[in-house]
Amino acid sequence: MSIEAREARQPWILLSPALTAVTLLLFVPLMFIVVYSFWLRSAVGADTMGFHIDNWQRALTDPFYRYILWNTLKIAAITTVLCALLGYPAAYFIARSRGNKLVLLVLLMLPFWISYIIRTMSWINILGTSGALNSALMSLGITSEPIRMLYNEYTVILGLVHFLLPFMVLNVFVSLDGIDTNLEDAANSLGATKWQAFTEVTLPLSLPGLAAGALLCFVLAAGTYITPLILGGPRDAMFANLVYEAIITQLNWPMGSALSLLLLFVLGLLVLVYNRYLGMSQLTKGLG
Amino acid sequence: MSAVTLTDIVKRFGNFTAVHRMSLDIPDGSFVTLLGPSGCGKTTTLRMIAGLLDPTEGDISIKGRRINDVPIYKRNLGLVFQNYALFPHKTVAENVAFGLKYRKVPREEARRRVAEALELVQLPHLGERYPRELSGGQQQRVALARAIVIEPDVLLLDEPLSALDANLRENMRVELKNIQSRIGVTSVFVTHDQSEALAMSDTIVVMSEGRVEQIGAPEEVYNTPASEFVAQFLGASNILPAQALGIEGGELGLELPGFPRLAVPASRAPDVQKSGPAKLVIRAEKLVLESPDSEANGRYSVPAIVETVDYQGQSARYFLRVGDQQLQAINMIDQRPFSQGEAVALRFRARDCAALPVDPAP
Repeated sequence: MSIEAREARQPWILLSPALTAVTLLLFVPLMFIVVYSFWLRSAVGADTMGFHIDNWQRALTDPFYRYILWNTLKIAAITTVLCALLGYPAAYFIARSRGNKLVLLVLLMLPFWISYIIRTMSWINILGTSGALNSALMSLGITSEPIRMLYNEYTVILGLVHFLLPFMVLNVFVSLDGIDTNLEDAANSLGATKWQAFTEVTLPLSLPGLAAGALLCFVLAAGTYITPLILGGPRDAMFANLVYEAIITQLNWPMGSALSLLLLFVLGLLVLVYNRYLGMSQLTKGLG
Repeated sequence: MSAVTLTDIVKRFGNFTAVHRMSLDIPDGSFVTLLGPSGCGKTTTLRMIAGLLDPTEGDISIKGRRINDVPIYKRNLGLVFQNYALFPHKTVAENVAFGLKYRKVPREEARRRVAEALELVQLPHLGERYPRELSGGQQQRVALARAIVIEPDVLLLDEPLSALDANLRENMRVELKNIQSRIGVTSVFVTHDQSEALAMSDTIVVMSEGRVEQIGAPEEVYNTPASEFVAQFLGASNILPAQALGIEGGELGLELPGFPRLAVPASRAPDVQKSGPAKLVIRAEKLVLESPDSEANGRYSVPAIVETVDYQGQSARYFLRVGDQQLQAINMIDQRPFSQGEAVALRFRARDCAALPVDPAP
C-alpha cells in the first residue's frame, strides 16, 4: 500500500469505533422508529405493518398535539431566556475573576454529580405543602395554611432553569474567557464608560457563546419529560410527555414514533437555522 | 508647561510594592520612555497614568489638573497596546471612529478625521477591512490611528512594537517617531528594548525594581550612567572595582590592578568625591584592540589576552583577560578580527571612562 493510501485510510480507522457505535446505537434504532411511525396499532395488540400515514396525519392536525407542541416551545423559550439572564452575569463574574476560576467552574459542575431526577425531586421537599418553604412561612406566622406552590407551569420552568443553568454559564464563560480584557480597557480609554464598553465590545463578542448556550438550553428543555412529570400538574404536559404516554401507557408505539419524530424535526430545524447563522463550531467550543 | 506630572507615586499590590515613590515631570510635546526589564514597574506606571490602576499614594496631574479621581473614560488619553487590542467585530474605519462617537463629533467631521488618521499611518484604503485581515504591522498602525484620532492630551504606548518581527519593528520605530513629532503629541512609551528607547526618546527614565535609576536624554543616560544597573542595562559595559584617589585639578585619580593610574574627568564621576573604593565603567565599544607594538598616541594602554571572539560580520565582540579580570570589547573589523590567544593592547581615552561609587546612595 502506498503511503498516500495509508494516510488516507488512517482517519477512517480511528473513526471506526465511534462510527460503529453511532450507526448501531443511534442510526439503526432511529430507522426502526421511522418505519414504526408508518405502522398502525390494532385493537388486538399486534401492530399492523405497512405504509399508513394515519399517525402522521393525526400528529400534524390534532389541535391537542398542536397545543402541546406550542406549549413546549413556549416553556423552552421562557426557560432559555431566564437561563440567559441568570447565567450571563454569573459567567461574566467567573471569566473576570482572578486565580480561582477553576474552583468556581468545579462548583458550577458540582450539581452534575447528583442525579437529575433527584435534583428535580428535591424541589418537592422545598416547595411542597409540608416542604421547607411552607414550614418556614407557617412557623413565622406569615400564613396559617400551607400555600400550594407545586405542580404548575412555574415549577416546571423553575426545575428546567435549575437543570439547564450550568450549560448556559459554561457556554457564555468559554466565550467571555476568550475575549482579550485589553479590549475593554481600549474602549474605556477612548471614552466609553464601563457599561458602554460592555454593550459595544464585550456583549457582541460573547454573542456566539450566548447563542450556543441558548440552543443547548432550548433543545434540552423542549425535549424533557421528567421535569413536567415530577414538577408539573396534569395540564403542564410537554411534548415528550405525549411520547412517553403513547409508548409506555397506551403501548401505541407507532403513534409514539410519529410524535417523537415530529419533535425531532422541529428541533432539528432549529439547529439548522442556528447552524446557518452562527455555525456549529461555537457549540463544540462551548462543550469542549 | 508639563503635560504629565507624577508626584510621589506609590503602588502596592498587597505586600508587594510595584512602584516606590516615583516623581516625574513630562514636558508638553516630548517623547518620554520608561525603560527597564520586566517587573520594574514601568507598565504599572503607565497603567496608573492611563487610569487602569489607582496609585496607592501620590498624585497624577495631566495639564496641571489632578486626575487621580477622574475615571479613565474622561481622561482623554490615547492608549496603544502590545497586542493591538483592535475590536475584532468592527471594521478598521469603525475601530478608528470609536472614540469620536463618544465625543459627539458630527458624522461628516468624524469621517474626515478617520480618513486623515488612516492617511497619517499610511493605510488610507483599508477602512472597510476587518482587523483579522491585516498583518501585525498594519494592525498596530490602525491601533495608533485609533489612539491619535481623538487628539489625546497624552499618547500612552505599552510596548507597541514588541509583537512585531525584527525588521518591521525597526521600520515602525522610525515611522512612529515621525508621526509623533509631526502631530506633536506628548507621548509616554514603555519598553524593555534599549535600542528603541535610545532611538526614539527625548528623555529616558530607566527603572529597576519599582525605582527610578536615572532620568536623562538618551546620550546622557548612555554615556554617563548614574548607577551600575544603568551601565549594565544600556549597552555592554565593563564595570571594574577600583580605588579612588580623590579629585585633583578636575580629575579623579583611579587605581586598579593591571591598569596604569587613570585620571577620569570629574564631570564623569559626579558621585565619587573622596578617595576610597569605587567602580570604573568603560563601554565595550570604547575599548579598542590594537597590536601591542603600535603607538598609543596619548591613550591609555593595557596589555590583554584575547580569550573568546564572537564574530558578527561587520563587528566582533571580544572577551579579554587582563590580570584576573575578564573584559568585553566590541570593535568594528578591518579585514580580519584578532584571534583567540593573541596578545593585544587595549587602548582607551580618559574621557570614555566613568566612575561610580561602590554603594550608590539609596
